[in-house]
Amino acid sequence: MSAPDPAGASVSRPASDCEVAIVGGGPAGLSAATELAQQGLDVLVLERHAEAGGIPRHCGHPPFGMREFGRVLRGPEYAKRLVARAEAAGVRFLRPASVVALRPGGALVITTEAGLTHLSARAVLLATGVRETTRAGRLIGGTKPAGVLNTGALQALVYLAGQAPFRRPVILGSELVSFSALLTCRHAGIRPTAMVEPGARPLAWRASPLLPRLLGVPCHFGTQVEAVSGRERVEGVVLRTGDRLWELPADGLIVSGGFIPEASLIEASHLAVDAGTGGPVVDAFGRCSDPSYFAAGNLLRPVETAGWSWAEGKAVAGSIVQALRSGLPDPSDAVDLVAEGAALRYLMPQRLTPASTAGFQALQLRVARPVAGTLSLRHDGLELWRQRLRALPERRVVVPLDVLRRAARTAGSPARLTVRLEEPAS
Amino acid sequence: MEGVKQGMQQVNDQSVAASANAGHASPQAGAPTRGGIATSGRFDVAVVGAGVVGAAVARRFQLNGASVVVIEAATEVLDGASKGNSGILHTGFDAPVGSLEARCVIAGREEYLAIHESLGLPLLRTGALVLAWDDEQAGRLPELLAQAHANGVTDSALLSTAEVRALEPSLGAGVRGALRVPGEAIIDPWSAAHAYLLQALANGATLRRSAPLTAARRNGDEWELDTGAGPVRAGRVVLCAGLQGDTVERLFWPDASFTIRPRKGQFVVYDTPAAHLARHILLPVPTAVTKGIVICRTAWGKLLVGPTAEEQDSRTEAATDPVTLRALMTRGEQILPGLAGQRVVAAYAGLRPATEQKEYRIRLDAERGLLSIGGIRSTGLSAALGLAQHAAALLNPAEPAATRAVTTPRMPWLAEDPDDPGALRRDWAQPEHGGIVCHCELVTRREVLAALEGPLAATTLAGLKRRTRVTMGRCQGFNCLAELATLTRGRLDPPVGEALAAAPADGHVRA
Repeated sequence: MSAPDPAGASVSRPASDCEVAIVGGGPAGLSAATELAQQGLDVLVLERHAEAGGIPRHCGHPPFGMREFGRVLRGPEYAKRLVARAEAAGVRFLRPASVVALRPGGALVITTEAGLTHLSARAVLLATGVRETTRAGRLIGGTKPAGVLNTGALQALVYLAGQAPFRRPVILGSELVSFSALLTCRHAGIRPTAMVEPGARPLAWRASPLLPRLLGVPCHFGTQVEAVSGRERVEGVVLRTGDRLWELPADGLIVSGGFIPEASLIEASHLAVDAGTGGPVVDAFGRCSDPSYFAAGNLLRPVETAGWSWAEGKAVAGSIVQALRSGLPDPSDAVDLVAEGAALRYLMPQRLTPASTAGFQALQLRVARPVAGTLSLRHDGLELWRQRLRALPERRVVVPLDVLRRAARTAGSPARLTVRLEEPAS
Repeated sequence: MEGVKQGMQQVNDQSVAASANAGHASPQAGAPTRGGIATSGRFDVAVVGAGVVGAAVARRFQLNGASVVVIEAATEVLDGASKGNSGILHTGFDAPVGSLEARCVIAGREEYLAIHESLGLPLLRTGALVLAWDDEQAGRLPELLAQAHANGVTDSALLSTAEVRALEPSLGAGVRGALRVPGEAIIDPWSAAHAYLLQALANGATLRRSAPLTAARRNGDEWELDTGAGPVRAGRVVLCAGLQGDTVERLFWPDASFTIRPRKGQFVVYDTPAAHLARHILLPVPTAVTKGIVICRTAWGKLLVGPTAEEQDSRTEAATDPVTLRALMTRGEQILPGLAGQRVVAAYAGLRPATEQKEYRIRLDAERGLLSIGGIRSTGLSAALGLAQHAAALLNPAEPAATRAVTTPRMPWLAEDPDDPGALRRDWAQPEHGGIVCHCELVTRREVLAALEGPLAATTLAGLKRRTRVTMGRCQGFNCLAELATLTRGRLDPPVGEALAAAPADGHVRA
């Protein structure tokens, strides 16, 4: 019964070794692949679906592609162009191919339609993206009828399978993706009965409730989804607004947003995971705790746009080129960046490396709640730099890494710096 | 005698893949197996209810040489109490000494250990620790040990606090010793029950689904049963109706001998990284009402916390509620502080067919060839095979053992042990599996297609999940629902989705 370790098994030969293996063929993976191939490297993209392109494949609405193609595209068209550009650059694809284990030094265990295989690369880029928090993750109670799903599943059903799972669902959430769910419904002739958001205001942008109102969908803020009712299919959604419990008749529930990096491969591997982002620990080169592995795109942190992920893929491709051609600075030269403060949800990258044109140029961070306070960089309790910060959850906050590097220099060569978010006592 | 020997020798000789369309229907009955209207023919035994107990009973009678029909009210099997439990194969160490429950759990476990490899069923030999968290509980461990010994579970032993900590370093503060029961194990509650039923079918039994029982008459030496899928005639009837046990009993007797009092159990399931926090099944010192909140791995490498024990009236609706789920998580974090921050992958509730008494409710009318197996409130998965032996002995003690070759189907291997990379037994590691459909649980296209075929073909998405684990992982369908909708088109009721009025053929949105 005890089977040999997949990595040590001699049952199969490597499918095809390559200089760079890219796990995940979404915007980040494809942009990195294209860049690397254009630099003359042998690149293999491992995509678990039959088609590469990632989430935009089933986002049948604009806007995609301004940064990449200089024009506004719908998701599927954008995905096709990314794939075509990679293919034209000489990128090889293995699809569908699921990576099932990451081993030290860039050895991958893979299963394809034909079965188990192995691959070894000089560098591996992880670009597996994100998924949305599920019903269970949000502790929504009630029965378990069919018709409770995430935006991603809804979009794939509508745009890829040409099916509608319900006609009158409730949409939970008010992130950008929640409005994407609304547009997908509209496309499929599905008429949501309501949008509900636990917070007091929309997470996407201030004017965002205008869109559902224009489409005749009522919005309820400060409202939680408590439970789902119905036997085989959803019959109603139980909501809680303050102390009031009320039920909306509905035949489905779209649980949207609450993105989580798709990091299960990393969790099961030797690579370090950052508790804040839920993605891998990376330095400013996008390099993981095993220097054979790099990461880019939404796997790094939830959640950014396709265009941002695409730019990140390109930036980390630069790191990989340098790593393979001339070598990157030793990982031990990096300074740990530690988040401090209850409202500071995460930092990325978590390790500050010496200045370089390759890799990330800014520290990305997110807050857990609306915040008006001060962001500071500290070493041993000493403040090296500070800046006022007003921010909302799910909105992008960036600080140039060079600002932090300059401030860090005043502390000599620290091993660990703290990024602290302080709010005035109210 | 010669025939018996021959039959015994041939057991397991004719292994067939579970996915094969083997043993479609009893030649004697010639009835369709997917809820079609019956044609003709009389069965030796009708089993009412396709839960784990009914499945085991059908298997036992069929292997003993009887012709068996299983009638199930729902469109799917395992649709009642058997669809939500903890998946533990108990030793019976804490059952009332000398009780029928103790005997059936012990016999059932023994038979599972004997057959699981040939049927392709997993067994995670984790062992269990009954944890004491205060002096009062610690003081009760010796009596639990004595009970275990009296039940024949003689490898049980008391552990000091230090010994417990050495075995389970992730336990929270305050452990005051434990009783270790090495024989407690984890199994897959669904593939076990499916295997029992499939083996009955592969050896000639018939399954009628969507066949709720509406009336029963004794006519001469046989029973005439009216079902939603037509009439059924059988010499003997075994009622294994779980949550409808008393209702169904009233169709055969003037009154039921017990009243079902559904007892709901809610569970929280944590994702794979949490499974490393506990090696053993972690049990509390039991109370009179319940075994209490358990933490254990699942056969699929997740970590389970539950169940609650909540009396309710509904026999069909098993709802979770956020307050209770949070309380379970809090309790879980007291036992294993490392659970804080771990990801919840699923939550569910099951219903136990409890009655006004703790004991199993067995009622026999040998004269009329009638046996009711009721009130299997909590240990049904462990006891099912033992109950089936008991039923066969009660209903026809003189019945010969198998007189013909026995066909043994093999179940698809779905188990994952986080400590043992036995994953190479999974289909994804085998050649030509056709690609991965569910990426979280690594379910292959071949596995999904197989589960949609054969005498036990899935007819609902829930049934497909129980057979293959599709959508049961961390993303709960985010990545695979669309492909599943395509693969299962026309096969499931209700379908995953309905065709759009004007479906975009190329994935492009209409203007």
